[in-house]
Amino acid sequence: MELLANLQLGFGVALAGTNILYCFIGVLLGTLIGVLPGIGPVATIAMLLPATFVLPPVSALIMLAGIYYGASYGGSTTAILVNLPGEVSSVVTCLDGYQMARNGHAGKALAIAAIGSFFAGTVATLLVAAFAPPLAELALKFGPADYFSLMVLGLIAAVVLAHGSLIKAVAMIVLGLLVGLIGTDVNSGVARYSFGLPELIDGVGIGPIAMGIFGFGEIIRNLEHGQKRDVFVKKVTGLMPTWQDLKVSALPIVRGTTLGSALGILPGGGPILGSFSAYTLEKKLAKDPSRFGKGAIEGVAAPESANNAAAQTSFIPLLTLGIPSNPVMALMIGAMIIHGIQPGPQIMTAKPDLFWGMIASMWVGNLLLVVLNLPMIGMWVKLLTLEYRFLYPAILIFCCIGVYSINNTWMDVILAAGFGFIGYLFGKLDCEAAPLLLGFVLGPMMEENLRRALLLSRGDPAVFVTRPISATLLVLAVLLLVIVAAPAVRKKREETFVEEE
Amino acid sequence: MKHLIKNPRDFWSGVMFLAIGALFAGIAFTYKLGTAARMGPGFFPFVLGIILAVLGVAILLAAMRDRNKGPGVEKFHWMPVFWVLMPIVVFGFGLKVAGMIVMGLFVVIVSSIGSEDFKLKPTVWLAIGLVIFCSLSFVAGLKLPIPLCPGLDFFEQFALCRV
Repeated sequence: MELLANLQLGFGVALAGTNILYCFIGVLLGTLIGVLPGIGPVATIAMLLPATFVLPPVSALIMLAGIYYGASYGGSTTAILVNLPGEVSSVVTCLDGYQMARNGHAGKALAIAAIGSFFAGTVATLLVAAFAPPLAELALKFGPADYFSLMVLGLIAAVVLAHGSLIKAVAMIVLGLLVGLIGTDVNSGVARYSFGLPELIDGVGIGPIAMGIFGFGEIIRNLEHGQKRDVFVKKVTGLMPTWQDLKVSALPIVRGTTLGSALGILPGGGPILGSFSAYTLEKKLAKDPSRFGKGAIEGVAAPESANNAAAQTSFIPLLTLGIPSNPVMALMIGAMIIHGIQPGPQIMTAKPDLFWGMIASMWVGNLLLVVLNLPMIGMWVKLLTLEYRFLYPAILIFCCIGVYSINNTWMDVILAAGFGFIGYLFGKLDCEAAPLLLGFVLGPMMEENLRRALLLSRGDPAVFVTRPISATLLVLAVLLLVIVAAPAVRKKREETFVEEE
Repeated sequence: MKHLIKNPRDFWSGVMFLAIGALFAGIAFTYKLGTAARMGPGFFPFVLGIILAVLGVAILLAAMRDRNKGPGVEKFHWMPVFWVLMPIVVFGFGLKVAGMIVMGLFVVIVSSIGSEDFKLKPTVWLAIGLVIFCSLSFVAGLKLPIPLCPGLDFFEQFALCRV
């Protein structure tokens, strides 16, 4: 059993003294961030990137991954206790979770969310371990033309599954690709779009963009609306769910996990789509759908399992193809590059300890989440009473220090401020910023592969349709666009995202 | 003009994409374009710029159609924009000169003014607490090369400032 040997290697790395410590720090910080509304995982990971510079790459990535799924877990705590989604992926958890809390079942809701997440995390870890190697092997056969087409498909799929206007999302991707091209062109040495500024010769970093748009822009939006939070539950009791609760939740957890795992692999959707569709499915299957929205335990169990499963399986495209499926994964690619690791299918063979260590650490992290968080719930409740006027200056100073330290340059700080304004502008114009980040990361890779493909074919663009892999991928991309543009599907897609809004 | 725009948010996004696309394509034109087989540095950005501009036009044209009615662009709130971004810019330009202690206090206190219920006293305590925390964790703990004190010879005599 190769799988077992690989997992053994992975657990060896993940359980090594320091790595388990960084995994712990990661999930703890992640939960903290997830609990606090107003700062998401993207800005947090960007902020903490410099803090991982002193660590070896494996530990750094384990910690950053921990922040990600910790945040998705912490978000549900806020959703249940305050009726505010700490993260977007826990929007649906608010519906029934908060109602359960109002009925005096906050403890049960939190426990079932934790149990569901842990089950989903376990299954998803196994899925990643099982599916990643064959996919990576397949990806090793890819030529430059195939890679280019794969990126096109990945980007298209990302916008198709995201919500909001399709054409605007495509435009945001193209804009991201262009921003990614700023800086020295590796082939000719020409400094593109640097406007004579030496600080721009190396290009724009992912840190300033992520922190500016997802950190500063978000803070400005929060300030303009004024944040009011109402902590309903001051003290959480009765954490243990009854047998009856477990029995009712068992199937929803399994269904949520399945749905979430499947959707997580697809680019773009990830946890958000997973939790939305899991909730819709449970409501459709329920004998008495009217219970939903009034504190149905299935309405917490299914979406929570789904978003955790999806959060984990979204690592599959990252680890095997080097393609990010959501903004957090885009940031992970940035982190890998900073640590000198070229993302792509070769990671698995070139750095098996990193590859399997990360996978195993996901399970370890999930276990830590359950063991740590239920007892610590009192502390999270206290955190929720923290006022935003004290919170955001703290976020700002951490971001300033973080963004400066990535390259030790003042320019990054100014750029982040600029992107903060751009992010605020995007919000006003209803332009979703997530596709921009995906495009930004893929820009240089796409150009490189396009160049190589056309150099090999002596400038003949037919290479993209004559190579079977590339042709298949492009056909899939076109099909996706056609299907989504079809009126019936378009309506359905809009419905999925406005469920109960 | 105004009655022609049915969906202002989309319309202005379209204008934005068109302008940015045209700008990128225009600048790319000054680099060597090359041929498809031997692409110059300008080729890919030029093509992308054109695509972005075309998408921008499509978005703004669609926004002028009748059945695409949408809400107007929300008002810009310049106050939070100013109170959040101004201290960051000052931090960026001033860190090397003034050091993290001064700049940190500045960022926390000034950005707090942007909040609706700003009170000076708790904010000052918060600022002091945060600066101490940042100095201990980021500079002393993680050894990030951030200057703590103002970059003057006078401060060199203090052990705290020699990091």
